[in-house]
Amino acid sequence: MTHKILIADDEPNIVISLEYLLQREGYAVLVARDGQEALDTIAREQPALVLLDVMMPHKTGFEVCQAVRADEALQGTKILMLTAKGRETDVAKGMALGANAYMTKPFSTRELVQKVAELLGETPA
Amino acid sequence: MRKIDPRLVLAVAASGLVMALWLVLMSVIVWSTLDPQERLAVGDVLAPRTVLVAMGWLLGLFLVAGTLHVLHRRYVGDPHRLLEKIRVVVTATTPQQLTPRGTAEMQAMARAVNELAAQRDQLRGDMAAQVAQASYSVQQEKNRLAALMAELNQSVVVCNRDGRILLYNQRARQQFRQLAQGPGLAAGAELIGIGRSIYAVFDQQLLAHALERIHQGMARGVASPSAQFVTTTQGGQLLRVQVAPVRAALAEGAGEETLESVVSGFVLMLDNVTASVEEEAARDQLLHGLTEGSRASLANIQAAVDMLGYSDLEPAMRERFLGVVRDEVGAMGRRITDLAQRATQRLKTRWPMEDMLGADLAAAAQRRIAAQCDRPVSLDAIDGSLWLKVDSYTLLQALTYLAHRLVDEFDVRFLQLRLQGTGTHAQLDLVWSGQAMSNETVMSWEMDSMRFGNERSPLTVRDVVERHGGEMWFERERVRHQAFFRFMLPLASVQGVVDAALGESEYSRPEYYDFDLFKQADQGSALDDRPLSELAYTVFDTETTGLNPAGGDAIIQIGAARIVNGKLLRQECFEQLVDPGRGIPAASIPIHGITDDMVAGKPRIGEVLPVFHAFTQDTVLVAHNAAFDMRFLQLQEKATGVAFHQPVLDTLLLSAVVHPNQESHRLEAIAERFNVTVLGRHTALGDALVTAEIWLRLIPLLQEQGIHTLRQAREAAQKTYYARLKY
Repeated sequence: MTHKILIADDEPNIVISLEYLLQREGYAVLVARDGQEALDTIAREQPALVLLDVMMPHKTGFEVCQAVRADEALQGTKILMLTAKGRETDVAKGMALGANAYMTKPFSTRELVQKVAELLGETPA
Repeated sequence: MRKIDPRLVLAVAASGLVMALWLVLMSVIVWSTLDPQERLAVGDVLAPRTVLVAMGWLLGLFLVAGTLHVLHRRYVGDPHRLLEKIRVVVTATTPQQLTPRGTAEMQAMARAVNELAAQRDQLRGDMAAQVAQASYSVQQEKNRLAALMAELNQSVVVCNRDGRILLYNQRARQQFRQLAQGPGLAAGAELIGIGRSIYAVFDQQLLAHALERIHQGMARGVASPSAQFVTTTQGGQLLRVQVAPVRAALAEGAGEETLESVVSGFVLMLDNVTASVEEEAARDQLLHGLTEGSRASLANIQAAVDMLGYSDLEPAMRERFLGVVRDEVGAMGRRITDLAQRATQRLKTRWPMEDMLGADLAAAAQRRIAAQCDRPVSLDAIDGSLWLKVDSYTLLQALTYLAHRLVDEFDVRFLQLRLQGTGTHAQLDLVWSGQAMSNETVMSWEMDSMRFGNERSPLTVRDVVERHGGEMWFERERVRHQAFFRFMLPLASVQGVVDAALGESEYSRPEYYDFDLFKQADQGSALDDRPLSELAYTVFDTETTGLNPAGGDAIIQIGAARIVNGKLLRQECFEQLVDPGRGIPAASIPIHGITDDMVAGKPRIGEVLPVFHAFTQDTVLVAHNAAFDMRFLQLQEKATGVAFHQPVLDTLLLSAVVHPNQESHRLEAIAERFNVTVLGRHTALGDALVTAEIWLRLIPLLQEQGIHTLRQAREAAQKTYYARLKY
């Protein structure tokens, strides 16, 4: 089965690469450009996993994460936070708010793919 | 207005009675010698003339009364006045003499009293000399401490346990001036002053908490306990305050040492950290921009590069990923250039620099190079207006070191210094004529650690330059056959310069301390029952457009001085012209000398009174004929919302309490009685200072009459007030 993955990030320069990478890995990829759009898309499309940036217009990644975790219907959604905020306190906050994993920019795409597969319960190709 | 002596009245009445009795007695004697017919005849003759006899008696009585009155004045009134003046001499602290007046005996007595007073003064002088001798070393130590404090570049305020200020330095005063609200009418004197409460500036809880931490530290046996806190002031400035306890010198066997008894006060060291905190924040922001901003860009680049690594990438996608890389690399380049620029602009080096007048630095360099290198050094084109931010010690070392090598290795015969400004920096040139050296030589001079004879400094010229965040290079002027080393040095910020300039113009000999306040413990007891000699006073005077406040006359000047612990603090005065919002009557100008031009553009009473109110906080008000001045203040109460509820004392009434027999209680007359020099009479501050001196001399005279507390003084004043009303 093809998993749906949402990329929520306001920087087109990272979205290009992530989109290409994940499509190549065989996922169905959705894109959201800000926090509100991300929330709407999650509610509508119910993706299996969200790559969530922290610094986004309208709603931050932390807020999105909190909103998703508060919604009973969306409990299955895995959240992988991707962010330039690298302080320990930020990681702790992300995990506390319900993220499943946290990766600090910059990251290697190989690790990202591995992490995604891991979260979706697949064995990486 | 003087009272008529009842004894005089009694004497006159008695004489009248005696005269009447004498007349009756004589009549009876004469009557008894007459036979009945003669009696009839005399009766007929005298009966219509009874009135004449009575008139004669009255005339006689007037003559006697007049004589008695003259005698009374001469032999009772004069001695009385003399007595009052003698009392002044008795309590006078400075030598004072009576002017002999009246009868020969009175004059002789006055002279005798003068002799006694002279003897007393001499004895007192001897004793004072001995005491002065004894306390000289103590005083000198105090002075040394005060001088040290005055010169310190840090704000220091010393308080007793109740938060009353005992000592502060010049720097603290400047800092409080910046903290003062509004246009700084009293130049911060309403916030800082001997005997004032520090809690006007800081929240009491904040200090209480700091002191508690100190107590805890002391209880644990910490050697030098101190605490610090950061607080914001009303003006939004950030102050870092360091608190250290002042330990009391305990007498031996003074019982158990409780923590409270060990600490007799505390020292506050204040730092305005607004600027450095802002700098810190800016630095944080830059760092933040560098890390998080770069992380995102790096992530974008890395992801794109990873994608580019796929061999099966179609050309269109490859071009898009390359585009991402180019874009992000460009963005990072721009970000770093921008950061570097802002960093050099904003972030001064962390090495502590001092503000120094450029001309002073050049002169110091001139002296030092001339002395160490034994060569003449001239100054040329020195811009005297430049203030530099430098570490002068190492900078002078660097200049001297370079000069030394020039002299030693190139036999340079004379040197020159130039100083010019270039926008944000100053250029300081060390110039010489003749041979130029190679760039390699210059480089090695720059990078070698500096040596002076056998001494070697760990620093190189380059280190010194970098410490200043500046630059240094070597340049030739071929036309003039000259060469020079040029130092680019940072200029001081304007704020710092203003501070330094203030410090110079204001003479820093302090009346800034009064350690005796350490002894004053709780001021909890109501003012009314406290001794007059212990209270703090604001002695003030106003100049007004006229005498009728209800009729529209207004205040045009307020002057005030403070008395704390029996000392007049001449450095903590308040003097302010006030725009009355109306014309000043020409007739009043000769009295106070204030013209319309002088008050034009001055603050209105509504701005001045709140500051004056703050100035008078926690003090008793004193004025000469206080009712007049208070009336003007009270009329403003509604408009300004400023009410003066402090107790008020009137030197006019209290002078009458002390000297009921003197004819005049005008300020000049009292000043003359007390031998107070009158300067600047009829300026508000001048009169306030005279009133203050008078008040200080009245206190011991009141004490002689058993008037010790504020309550007693107020009651006595009230009695004379009614007494004066009656006559």
